[in-house]
Amino acid sequence: MLVVRFLPPSRAPSSTLPQPRAAQERGGTGGGASSAEGTKREPHLAMDRECAQLLPALCTLLADPGQPLVDDTCLEKLLDWFRTVTETEPSLLVLKENPCLTELLLHTLKLQDTSARVLSFSLRLAGIFAAQEDCFQYLQQGQLLLGLFGVAGAQGRPAWTIPGVRSGWVQGMCSLAQHPSALQLLDDCGAVDTIFSLQGDPSLFVASAAGQLLVHVLVLAVQGTAAGQPLDWPPCARRIVSHLENALCSPAAPQVTRALNVLTSLFGRCPGPWAQVLWAQLRAPVARLLEREPVPAAHSLVDLLLGVARSPVFRSSDHALLAQALSQLGPTHAGPLALGILKLHSSPQALRTQALGVLLQPLAYVLKAAVQPPGAPGLLDAVAGSPGVVDALLGSKSSCAGLLCQSLAHLEELQPPAGVAWVGTDLPGAGAPSPSAPAEPTDALTWPQAPLLRAVVTMLRFCNGSAAPASSAGGRLCGTLAGCARVQRAALGFLGALSQGAGPQELVTQVFAILLEYLESPESSPTVLRKTFQSALQWLLHCPDAPSSCALGPQTQLFLTELLPGLRKRLCSPCWEVRDSALEFLTQLTRHWGGQAGFRQALLASEVPELAEQLLQDPESYVRASAVAAVGQLSIRGLHASPEAQQERLPAELLRILSADSEGFPRRAAVRVLTEWLRDGHAGLAEDAERLVARVLGAAGRDLDWEVRAQAVELALVFLAQTLGPPGARRPSAEAAPGPPRPPPGPEALRPLCRAQVFEFVFRALFDCDRPVARKSCDLLLVLGARLGPGSPGEPVGGGPSPASVEAALQGWRAGGQGQPLGALGPEAVVAVLRALDLDGLQATLAESSDHVEKSPQSLLQDMLATGGVLGDNQADCY
Amino acid sequence: MKLYCLSGHPTLPCNVLKFKSTTIMLDCGLDMTSTLSFLPLPLVQSPRLSNLPGWSLKDGNAFLDKELKECSGHVFVDSVPEFCLPETELIDLSTVDVILISNYHCMMALPYITEHTGFTGTVYATEPTVQIGRLLMEELVNFIERVPKAQSASLWKNKDVQRLLPAPLKDAVEVSTWRRCYTMQEVNSALSKIQLVGYSQKIELFGAVQVTPLSSGYALGSSNWIIQSHYEKVSYVSGSSLLTTHPQPMDQASLKNSDVLILTGLTQIPTANPDGMVGEFCSNLALTVRNGGNVLVPCYPSGVIYDLLECLYQYIDSAGLSSVPFYFISPVANSSLEFSQIFAEWLCHNKQSKVYLPEPPFPHAELIQTNKLKHYPSIHGDFSNDFRQPCVVFTGHPSLRFGDVVHFMELWGKSSLNTVIFTEPDFSYLEALAPYQPLAMKCIYCPIDTRLNFIQVSKLLKEVQPLHVVCPEQYTQPPPAQSHRMDLMIDCQPPAMSYRRAEVLALPFKRRYEKIEIMPELADSLVPMEIKPGISLATVSAVLHTKDNKHVLQPPPRPTQPTSGKKRKRVSDDVPDCKVLKPLLSGSIPVEQFVQTLEKHGFNDIKVEDTAKGHIVLLQEAETLIQIEEDSTHIICDNDEMLRVRLRDLVLKFLQKF
Repeated sequence: MLVVRFLPPSRAPSSTLPQPRAAQERGGTGGGASSAEGTKREPHLAMDRECAQLLPALCTLLADPGQPLVDDTCLEKLLDWFRTVTETEPSLLVLKENPCLTELLLHTLKLQDTSARVLSFSLRLAGIFAAQEDCFQYLQQGQLLLGLFGVAGAQGRPAWTIPGVRSGWVQGMCSLAQHPSALQLLDDCGAVDTIFSLQGDPSLFVASAAGQLLVHVLVLAVQGTAAGQPLDWPPCARRIVSHLENALCSPAAPQVTRALNVLTSLFGRCPGPWAQVLWAQLRAPVARLLEREPVPAAHSLVDLLLGVARSPVFRSSDHALLAQALSQLGPTHAGPLALGILKLHSSPQALRTQALGVLLQPLAYVLKAAVQPPGAPGLLDAVAGSPGVVDALLGSKSSCAGLLCQSLAHLEELQPPAGVAWVGTDLPGAGAPSPSAPAEPTDALTWPQAPLLRAVVTMLRFCNGSAAPASSAGGRLCGTLAGCARVQRAALGFLGALSQGAGPQELVTQVFAILLEYLESPESSPTVLRKTFQSALQWLLHCPDAPSSCALGPQTQLFLTELLPGLRKRLCSPCWEVRDSALEFLTQLTRHWGGQAGFRQALLASEVPELAEQLLQDPESYVRASAVAAVGQLSIRGLHASPEAQQERLPAELLRILSADSEGFPRRAAVRVLTEWLRDGHAGLAEDAERLVARVLGAAGRDLDWEVRAQAVELALVFLAQTLGPPGARRPSAEAAPGPPRPPPGPEALRPLCRAQVFEFVFRALFDCDRPVARKSCDLLLVLGARLGPGSPGEPVGGGPSPASVEAALQGWRAGGQGQPLGALGPEAVVAVLRALDLDGLQATLAESSDHVEKSPQSLLQDMLATGGVLGDNQADCY
Repeated sequence: MKLYCLSGHPTLPCNVLKFKSTTIMLDCGLDMTSTLSFLPLPLVQSPRLSNLPGWSLKDGNAFLDKELKECSGHVFVDSVPEFCLPETELIDLSTVDVILISNYHCMMALPYITEHTGFTGTVYATEPTVQIGRLLMEELVNFIERVPKAQSASLWKNKDVQRLLPAPLKDAVEVSTWRRCYTMQEVNSALSKIQLVGYSQKIELFGAVQVTPLSSGYALGSSNWIIQSHYEKVSYVSGSSLLTTHPQPMDQASLKNSDVLILTGLTQIPTANPDGMVGEFCSNLALTVRNGGNVLVPCYPSGVIYDLLECLYQYIDSAGLSSVPFYFISPVANSSLEFSQIFAEWLCHNKQSKVYLPEPPFPHAELIQTNKLKHYPSIHGDFSNDFRQPCVVFTGHPSLRFGDVVHFMELWGKSSLNTVIFTEPDFSYLEALAPYQPLAMKCIYCPIDTRLNFIQVSKLLKEVQPLHVVCPEQYTQPPPAQSHRMDLMIDCQPPAMSYRRAEVLALPFKRRYEKIEIMPELADSLVPMEIKPGISLATVSAVLHTKDNKHVLQPPPRPTQPTSGKKRKRVSDDVPDCKVLKPLLSGSIPVEQFVQTLEKHGFNDIKVEDTAKGHIVLLQEAETLIQIEEDSTHIICDNDEMLRVRLRDLVLKFLQKF
């Protein structure tokens, strides 16, 4: 029997690379082994013999300052590999078996003019190996580590001025500081002082890493010791804590920021008892920061407070600190803190109310700026006039937009999903409960749906100039917000999110009214319009008057009817983004309500379907693609202007686009629509599906865009499923089904597929130069193979080309010659070829990432050596 | 320095600036909104218009029914349309030395000024302004003259009668000064007084001031003006745009450091973004044509139409409108389309560079070549042969009171398939449509005004930082219809000074310096003395000679010898004799040292008192008082001249003389 084995596709990017030697060796064991081996081809990352042989040359190369330097990426990869090696094998053993590594380190130590890159590499390498205590001791025998990390080592070299070296020192130190012995080294080489100074390093990477190292060292210092009074702390920890305490009291904001950042990391990692002692000690200086005017390093302070609040050190007495922070911080920083507090489930009701108040303040102000006295039920009237908020809103356009967008984004994050009890159904005048009210459970805070809706609608009205301000400050706000697209986008996004909650009828009417205004206004920019469409769609989906998810209530019906003229105008916009968004919106509308009589009537009465079809000729490819999708959806729903003509014309039009459009997007959309039509049984395809499939696959097979080809495989799969009927007894899941198992379909069942030239296309796709296409095709054939069931070896194969010629053709395609014809494939030949193919093996090959060859450490070492000219014959990949 | 405000229309300004010894008229705009009070002038006899009922007073008095006609609840004057001229009584316009024109829309009243006020000065404008301005005037005259109307209404203008009329006629201002359109002869005569200028060209006016046009970015050849002397600078900003359309971009840098900036001609539709409006224009145009309707665009023959045609050039293919004909009908259509292509140096950089390719700067040339755009002088003649529908017609006048547009309104107004799209912002579209009611055709208002909006003005003012801003009163408060929009007004510090029609404004800055030249020989004779490091002074005795606003210091004439005999006196003899001048003193008197000096010279019993302005040194024994102040010293002694001179000399020792 013929067995065709596969290597990776001949034109796939990976195929131009040499096979990994190990894989090649294994591949030679015979056909039967290939599939089993093929499933595990992950490059072997351990220190194998080949790598060990290459390593000395590489170390020599690195140690030689005269040699050209390999690039940083290679060194990074090499360090990653060493890290993997030390995780799987004892470091000491690796070091002893490869003395060249120690020699490299010694050489770096001795040679004063080592390049900065190699020096940094050596520091990090030493750190990786010294992470294990025995190895640390081994390296320390010759004071190697002290030499490298001490004052006389890297720190004393001229190269220390280069950030990469300092970064290497910090990272190396961080790697090795894993065991108590390392603490002594830290002490010996004065590391803590160096870290303190590196915290203020001009390189942000170094400074940030130094902060992390400080955390790491502190955690290491206290590990294994019992928590006690500050005076009992290990000296190293005591110094660090004292440094942090001083920094918190410093008048310089950068120092405070650094200390706060370190503390934030620390509370995530420090052992519980120690963290509690630490927080007890540092809580007071942190609280004092809130008393300063302005609060320094507010952003980092918020991070720390939230970090502490989430950690076990947090006590109920700390709620007062959070409350103080909420009231002291400016609105920009109080917002994220409030959001964090509201996400904590354990906060008390009063704090949560305060936090929600902070988030609502800007919106409350907007609402207040517009309402006429006596006004709507006040949304947190008490907080609406907070001076910080007012300053930010009235200060400048950017600060106003920034604050409003931030509040909206935070509230959107907090918005409870539909049906979740966070939302209170009854809204009191203010979101805050009265102080005399009995204590409620912490999660019983009321989501102020109605005031929020009112505020967002007002904000949108300010933005389009239709809201009348109630005061002179409101007038200024009106001037600031007028035409501000950023706020418009954020408000429309939030308005869409609010659709999930209920709202009074009168407000829903206002929402629809403002959405219509935005849809119709010539002043709406394309991005604002897009958001309007999205928001409108959400409101339509969640409109409370809808009797069911797919039926239209009277209000929705009215809105849909009113928005169609606007949509019609947008389809004629000279701006392509607008046409594109309008078409996408139309597609969604049709998908959801295409079956509704009211919508159908309104749509057919408008000119929209005709316009959508005209846009198939649009000069902009994105618009054509969206038009294809929209027309496809309209067609499925039978929403044509002239149904008879369309029935025949549209498939032909889509085929024309597929074969003639110069851009990929419309072609992809065309295959996608045709696939959808086929799947959903579109009337236009019912009669002559085979011929259409043949034409689609023929055109798509020649397409240069792989996504078109991949989508065509999808179409072939749909056609296959329809031809062979629903999967029967062959599936394991069907075993439980009642009734006798159905026999697998015979080869004759494949005849319609053969007529539609599905196999011609799929076999070619199997060798597609783009892996996703080949994988999909392979999956399809596996599905087919499973449906057909195992054939008996002696089963006769007749008709069509001989298996030998098929093999020759497949081999030819694999070699890159796609042009050779396969000949007319009959069902029998297909079955024979299917059985001859090692599809599982191919699937495994295709599942490998295209860079699996380069990932092998051996390949990396060869590359590096080749760069240095050590390897005479460059066998490495030079991609 | 004074500003006489002759026009109340902020975008059609007419102001007179008196600066130094010159009288400069800034723009000469003609307010044509008055024509909205009149019935349209149909090209073809319109039974509907001619059969409109006459208007009669409430009491049934019908004495005005020949002059006033009623249409759909509005009353119109049945007469040749008239225009509201700039104020002519506020200042004697014959004294105007020069007229500076900013753009072709702001010169439409020129013939009324130059031909009927005794004006003898010069008009300055750029070449495109003059050429396109001529086209606009020519079109206007043509529109009015080709439909002669025998009737002339004047009864309704009587103040007592006007009071009885319904609004807006009742509220129309200065109706007695409304005038009929000028003639072509007057246009030619007015234009002959124009002197062409180029951007940044410096023009001396009588040696007193220098005026310079700068690109304003609004229209072909449109300018702002700098009017400056050696020490003062006035900027006149009128009709400017920062949008990238066809004209050369606005020159903002040269406006910096102005003492006064007169700001007129901002956008009339501050809430409408031109881009959005162009989108609206295209969408509505396409929708109408697709449904088999016609589109009518009432417009001026130059300006925004170039940009609209360019947008349509890019749009028609994507919208499937390639086969729809575009007609441009105006007596000056051909000239306008051709002129636009030849003023390359006045175009934006993009369009300028096309000329070197060589390609026409505007794509309407291609539209014409491919027969997509056709232009005709009027609906008569060739147009009627070529006309096919549906189509798009661009024609004037935007007021809908005269021009070919009247015919199309009558023709297409009855069908709801057709659309009229208003793009010119100068006229209220509702008022323009009033005499055509009831109207079935769709009306779309998408005014495209590329002039500065208030956000741009605010940025401009921040950048150029004038000491004072002067603007029409309309810009200092939000528009009446949107009184809450505080962003729709000029917000600057100090607050802008506002003006209204017929107001005279004293501009808030004083001239403090004047430049004077010194003749070289006189300069040679000066002996400067350094009184402070870097500051030297010298006394000058000279004759100040002033001619053509230039001041020159010349050496004084030598004293003439007394002549004997009866020789006739020469002119130079009138020069007064130069006396020997006392030296000038400078410096200050240190009181302590002065007291010590007094003591050295034998004065005893000296007391010093501090006063608000300085000190008083009291010589009690001598009963003498020496008052030392910052700019004066007085010695008060009782008739002892000797003592006074002695003391004076002691004081003088402390001062420098030169």
